[in-house]
Amino acid sequence: MTKFYEEENANVHRGIYTLSEKATMAYEAARETVAQFIGAAAEEIIFTKGTTESINLLAQSLGKTLQPGDEVVLSEMEHHANLVPWQELAKEKKAVLKFIPLTSDFQLDMEKAQQLITRTTKIVSVVHMSNVLGTINPVTELAALAHQVGAVCIVDAAQSVPHMPINVRKLGCDFLAFSGHKMLGPMGIGVLYGTKKLLETLSPFQYGGGMIQEVTYEKSTWNEVPWKFEAGTPHVAGAIGLAAAIDYLQGIGMDQIQEHDQELTTYALEHLSQLPGITIIGPRTNRGAVISFTLSGIHPHDLSEVLDRERIAIRAGHHCAMPLHTKLGLVGTNRVSLYLYNTIEDIDRLIAGIRNAQRIFR
Amino acid sequence: MKNGNLQETLVEQNNLISRPLTEEEELYKENILDHYKHPRNAEILPTYTHHHRELNPLCGDEVEIFMNLVGGTIESASFQGKGCAISQAAASMLMEQIKGKKMQDIQKLAPWDIYNLLGIPISHTRSKCALLPLKTIQEGLKSWH
Repeated sequence: MTKFYEEENANVHRGIYTLSEKATMAYEAARETVAQFIGAAAEEIIFTKGTTESINLLAQSLGKTLQPGDEVVLSEMEHHANLVPWQELAKEKKAVLKFIPLTSDFQLDMEKAQQLITRTTKIVSVVHMSNVLGTINPVTELAALAHQVGAVCIVDAAQSVPHMPINVRKLGCDFLAFSGHKMLGPMGIGVLYGTKKLLETLSPFQYGGGMIQEVTYEKSTWNEVPWKFEAGTPHVAGAIGLAAAIDYLQGIGMDQIQEHDQELTTYALEHLSQLPGITIIGPRTNRGAVISFTLSGIHPHDLSEVLDRERIAIRAGHHCAMPLHTKLGLVGTNRVSLYLYNTIEDIDRLIAGIRNAQRIFR
Repeated sequence: MKNGNLQETLVEQNNLISRPLTEEEELYKENILDHYKHPRNAEILPTYTHHHRELNPLCGDEVEIFMNLVGGTIESASFQGKGCAISQAAASMLMEQIKGKKMQDIQKLAPWDIYNLLGIPISHTRSKCALLPLKTIQEGLKSWH
């Protein structure tokens, strides 16, 4: 990113001068890197400012095709990013939202999913890995269910893309969204993957420069995909930074990262569950490296603050999944998120920190 | 300004970095914990003239306040609530503070008064917890039950 701002800082797809040419090449190379990382083609990669914008793009563009009474199926464990855009769309289009419920062990109830996804379903949009529970959802099966009834399947992969190898063809989804900042990349850059066939049929998201082919005072025609969906000056440095993060992750290997995550998660679950008064909110198996829990007698914010004084950063609150917390009867949870930079010693320090907090609040 | 480094002082003032509490702050912390574990006036008054409930959706803190005013003076006050130590202790401490005070004086209380009452550094994020009880009281005073 520094190199870009110092040596290649110009707008893309506009200037004929060398600097602009360099910027364009770097930006499009970043698109190639992202595409290859998730097993897609470059023209299927749209740069957005994050998962939230990716889903808003879909809610708006796909939303135009909805008729009153059409159904959108989500799950009960959605992040607000994959919930609120659909609520607003449903209001506007008189569409109906349905939610796949959870089983008692925090997995999606696939039997119920089968009943909910019907001929009136037009969109199925689910989170791949829950940012609260850690549950990894069977998105391949959900995509198949969606396709059986002619619906499209969207995957919110904000948690999964950073933590496991992802291939969009194997997942079989039509759209997939993720963010740079959760995978060592910069904030303010994200990705929407969509199959070329569907992207070509969709209306643009925003209108203006860069996304047009021909403009007269009366009307305009649109650029090809993916540029049709990238109105205005894009976050070129962000895209380059994201590609650098991907190169770094791939240098380590996504399989290795997943293995490391699993090792830490198993260790953390084993030791956390031995603490008195703890309730782990999430499944034991089939899960990623976020662990949410509650402690009796200690509010999540208080635990977080006590741990912060020992330089341990955990998240406290509803983690942008308020309906899920309400459903589970919780005002908030504590959440530990582990990644490739964490170690077994970090977890030992966490356990010691929690014990200390329990002494303070006893 | 413990040391001459402006940068460090600013960071400290803004609580951008966590630091161990000073001895004096430790005493305040003990007091907060005491109020949290043993809240004072945590009940519903049998009769009250003013009543209000506020939520902090970010952390799920909840404070409900009951006040009985006679001629512009808060004769008695009580609260119910749930949430973190900061919000609940602040509510408990404020109940003791506002009793016998003139309504106008309570309306004049500012965030700074709450921070002084609590006596420990309150970060930007947690200011919402700390100020929730005051907000509940001040909103409650605006409307009669």
